[in-house]
Amino acid sequence: MAGFEREPIVRTRDLVKEYRMGATIVTALAGVTLDIFRGDYVSIMGPSGSGKSTLFNMVGGLDKPTSGSVYINQVDIAQLSPHELAYMRCHTIGYIFQTFNLITVRTALENVTLPMLFAGVPADEADDRAARLLDLVGLENRYHHRPTELSGGQQQRVAIARALANEPAILLADEPTGNLDLKTGQEIIQLLRGLNQERGVTVISATHDLKMVDVSDRIVHVRDGTVSRVDLRSDVEVQVGELGGEESS
Amino acid sequence: MRPARQLATGAGVALGVAFYAYLQGVRVLGAADDQAKLRFLAAMSLALCAVGIANTMLMSVAERYREIGTLKCLGATDTFIAKVFLIESLVVGLTSSLAGALLGAGVAALFGWRSGAAVLPFVQVSVVIPLLVGAGLTLVASIAPALAAARMQATDALRVEV
Repeated sequence: MAGFEREPIVRTRDLVKEYRMGATIVTALAGVTLDIFRGDYVSIMGPSGSGKSTLFNMVGGLDKPTSGSVYINQVDIAQLSPHELAYMRCHTIGYIFQTFNLITVRTALENVTLPMLFAGVPADEADDRAARLLDLVGLENRYHHRPTELSGGQQQRVAIARALANEPAILLADEPTGNLDLKTGQEIIQLLRGLNQERGVTVISATHDLKMVDVSDRIVHVRDGTVSRVDLRSDVEVQVGELGGEESS
Repeated sequence: MRPARQLATGAGVALGVAFYAYLQGVRVLGAADDQAKLRFLAAMSLALCAVGIANTMLMSVAERYREIGTLKCLGATDTFIAKVFLIESLVVGLTSSLAGALLGAGVAALFGWRSGAAVLPFVQVSVVIPLLVGAGLTLVASIAPALAAARMQATDALRVEV
C-alpha cells in the first residue's frame, strides 16, 4: 500500500459537532482531523455514545458540522447547496444501513434501479445494470422478490447492490452486520471486502463488530468525541504474529 | 410534528363529538328551520372533514420518515420528495373524494329523491362541489407536511421515531 503518494478521498479538519439537549450542549465530536484514502477499507469503531455515528454521518455528508470541515473529493461539503448535496449522494456515495432500509413495496430489482432513476439513467439500461449488480452480490434468482420475501442477509445484499447502482467511489456502511447472525454477517463482510479489492471502491464502515477488524486496512477508534487511535492493518498483523510467537520478518 | 398531530387529532375528536351532540340536541328539542339546520350540519361536517384529512396527511408523512431519509441518501432531491407526497395526496384526494361524494349523493338521492327534481343542480351541489372541496382540502393539508419532509436533513429523517 505504501510507496507512493495516496490520494485522500475524505478529509475532515477540526470537526466539531454539538447537539443542544434542552439547556445543555452535548459535544458529540470535539475536533476530529482524519484522512481516508481512496481504495481503503476503513472501520470506525467505538462504544455507543463515543461520537462514532456522528463522525460517520459527517463523513458521509448526512449531517452538517457545528464547526470544522469535511472534504469529499476535495470539495468542502458545507459549501454545497441541497441540490448539489443530493447529486453527491447520488453519484459519489453508496449507503448501506444496519436495518437495510429497502423500500418494502418494491422488488429487489426496483430497489436497485431507484438511485439510477435519480441519476437520470434510462429505464432499460437501469434494469440491465441492476440485474448485473444483483448477480454480483449473489442474488441472480431473486430479481422480482420483495424485501419481505428475502432473508436478512439477502436484504442486505440487495442494499449493497443498490448502494453500487451509480458506481460510487465510496461505500458507507452503518453497522452493516448489526442485524445479522454471525455467519451471515461474515458473508456480508467478505462481500464488502471483495468489492473493495476488485472494484477499488473505498469502504467506510461504522461498526463494533470485531470481525470487521480482520478485513480493514485501517481501524479508527473513536472515544469521547475524538479519534483515540488509528490502527493500520499491517500493525495489527504484526501484533497478532508476535502474540502467536511467530516473528514476522 | 407530534404536537401538530395531537392537536389535529384532538380537534377531530372535538368536532366529531360536537356534530353528534348537535344532532342529539336538535332531535330532543324538535325541528326548527330546516334549511338553517342543514346548513349548520354541512358546515360542521366540512370542518370535521378538513381536520380528518389534515391529520391523515400528517400521519402518512410521519410514518414514512425513514423512507424519506433513505431516498435522500440515495440521491433524491428535496423537490422530488415534495413532489412524491403532493402527487400521492392529489391521487388519494381525488379518488377518495369521488368515492365519498358518490356515496353521499347516492344515499341522499335514495332516500330524498322527489319526482321532478332537477338533476343538474343536484349533481353540481352534491357531487361536484364535495369532490372539489375534498380534493382541494387534501392537497392543501399535505403541502406543509410535504415541504417539512423535503427539507429534513437525511440523518434527522432516519433517526426520527414516530
